[in-house]
Amino acid sequence: MRFILSFLFVVTVIPALKAQTPASATSTTPAGNAQNGKKIFSNYGCYQCHGFEAQGGAGARLAPRPIAFTAFSKYVRQPTGEMPPYTSRVVSDKELADIYAFLQSIPQPPPASSIPLLSK
Amino acid sequence: MKNSKKHGINRRGFLKGAAVGAAGLVSKTPEATAQQTQAARGTAAVPSARALAAETEPVSTDVEVLTADHPGSDFMLAVIKSLGLEYIAANPGSSFRALHESIVNYGGNKNPELLTCCHEESSVFIADGYARVEGKPMGVMAHSTVGLQHAAMGIYNSFAGRVPVFIILGNTIDAAARRPGVEWYHSAQDAAAMVRDYTKWDDLPISLTHFAESAVRGYKIAMTSPRGPVVLVADSDLQETPVADLSRLHVPRLTLASPPAGDPVAVAELAKLLVAAENPVILGGQAIRTAEGMKLLIELAETLQAPVSGGKFPSRHPLNQAGGGLIRNADLIVGLQVADFWGTVNNLRDQLVRSSRALTKKDAKLVSISSNDLYLKSNYQDFQRYTEVDLAIAADVEATLPSLIEASKRLVTADRKRVFEERGKKFAAAHAQALEQARTTATYAWDASPISTARLSAELWEVIKDKDWASVGGGAGRLWNVEKQYQTLLGGGAAGVGSGLPTSVGAALAHRKYGRFCVSIQNDGDFMYAPGAIWTAAHHRIPLLSVMHNNRAYHQEVMHIQRMSNRHQRGITNAGIGTKIEDPNVNYAMIARGMGIYAEGPITDPKDLGPALRRAADAVMRGEMALVDVVTQPR
Repeated sequence: MRFILSFLFVVTVIPALKAQTPASATSTTPAGNAQNGKKIFSNYGCYQCHGFEAQGGAGARLAPRPIAFTAFSKYVRQPTGEMPPYTSRVVSDKELADIYAFLQSIPQPPPASSIPLLSK
Repeated sequence: MKNSKKHGINRRGFLKGAAVGAAGLVSKTPEATAQQTQAARGTAAVPSARALAAETEPVSTDVEVLTADHPGSDFMLAVIKSLGLEYIAANPGSSFRALHESIVNYGGNKNPELLTCCHEESSVFIADGYARVEGKPMGVMAHSTVGLQHAAMGIYNSFAGRVPVFIILGNTIDAAARRPGVEWYHSAQDAAAMVRDYTKWDDLPISLTHFAESAVRGYKIAMTSPRGPVVLVADSDLQETPVADLSRLHVPRLTLASPPAGDPVAVAELAKLLVAAENPVILGGQAIRTAEGMKLLIELAETLQAPVSGGKFPSRHPLNQAGGGLIRNADLIVGLQVADFWGTVNNLRDQLVRSSRALTKKDAKLVSISSNDLYLKSNYQDFQRYTEVDLAIAADVEATLPSLIEASKRLVTADRKRVFEERGKKFAAAHAQALEQARTTATYAWDASPISTARLSAELWEVIKDKDWASVGGGAGRLWNVEKQYQTLLGGGAAGVGSGLPTSVGAALAHRKYGRFCVSIQNDGDFMYAPGAIWTAAHHRIPLLSVMHNNRAYHQEVMHIQRMSNRHQRGITNAGIGTKIEDPNVNYAMIARGMGIYAEGPITDPKDLGPALRRAADAVMRGEMALVDVVTQPR
């Protein structure tokens, strides 16, 4: 039942929890390697809650249009919710920048109206 | 017949005689040894004096009785039939061999029909799934020791879910009558003790009349709210001892207890609170078991224009609402048979230091209607954390709703009605917005591989939406139109992993006679506990579309290990060790085909998913189980 509930949670509840603020390109956003960021996103287990495309799952949707880097970084290091903390001992600042670059590289999906299964 | 042994032939006597005879055949007497030696030399054996005497002496007139027309198990079956059990699920076991034989021969294998199961845990889960749909128990037979040990987790799951299951354990009480060896291992002094902490009632009848009364009593207890599993130990001697005259045994009449309705004074108080509340919220919980119950819940919600969160409520109804805001803004929260009320109105943060905070307003009132207040046990902690409520109505929700609706309607003034209408409009708008948001959310990772759960859900909905469908596992997607009470499975349980597959098979069996198209979203880790349930579905022609949500991991556990790794700041790349199901990847379609059902996969390209589901659905429409293995995103 735990897994059943989990599936339900993802499909029914999580969408209501997410809110994305468009990121603004600011000087506080470090340059990062999106390709390496994608690899880290998988290897360090980010995908477990957020999905391989950062689309959300047990955790919030992170992309496209991730929140500003400072807020992102602050939350990763010192989460106020359920997310486990990723300190600099396990994810370096450089790696965090790479992950953020990966999130920024994820394109906007097509609108629901253009997908037949979602437009009905 | 008050005492079967008085009128029947004593099996113990038969067994004693047979044992002596058998001992005579196999014992290594000097004569026998001599015979073997001579035979080995290739010469004709010289009969021993005893053997010669046995062959030549006149046949005794005291003929040993070796057959009987009706064993006690025939009467047991008559009792079981009187309870209306359609099926009995069992993995075969010698401790209930007489009852097994009575079912398939004396009873014609109909009402109950025997379901061949490959594991006792599956037997219980199949019965559990059936009861969640049909609203009444299925029988389960198992050995009192090894069978019950296998079945135990399933029984606990049913107990925590308040699901009735009627369990019969084969056991041999009389130590002097047991066959040497295995029958001792399969016997217990107090067989039901192992599961007594999580069953509603059990008994060990020592006569057929006792069995009859306890079977009827047990069924009644299982069906009385809060429902739950019961255990009856069927002594093998009682099963196998012949009965001279079945007609002299009485099958007691079953009269189910009417479910307890809420105290009228408390119901009136709740109605007053509901009508006066500005932001009431109804938590659907596990309250609704029947179509009539769903109608009543809709009527209550519409009378008050109050939102319903969770439970069985039409998904496209404007008052079907979700989200934390509901709880945060509520001034009255009414929990209907909510298993974890505290966990719904509080948040516990799972960090190094666990902390919790109330999600509700300080002055919000909490009310519960729950039959769980009527029956609790102490050892297993399925009752969850104590909730400080303002009003607790210990009752069955469905039995209480009519009086609550009536009391509420009486209090609604024209002014309140206008307020309710405005509230209803607000929720209708919020519902439409949430639906649109769900559509947008599903677009993210739409074309990803592994396939997103939202894509899987949407593709599956396309296949079932024009059918009379029912979900028997994994719930219903956010975009699915759930209109009927039977379209989702009654919730609740003990989070027993391994329940998904057999529960879906049992639920699909219950739906079969109504011609409903059953679909289940099956988790891969869960599947691996007892895949033999597929064979049961194939053997008994149970139509079911099982769609594998194959994320190649015990994913919940991956996340727990990740959490620990992060907390301890070490090894954050090792969370998959001991939690992932890969290297090698399991070919679920191959397993399924090997058990005789239609199967496709693994599907990794989302474009292949729709066609695969349609082909599998065709197989289901032919009356088979089918499985589509879909490699998915984790969640």
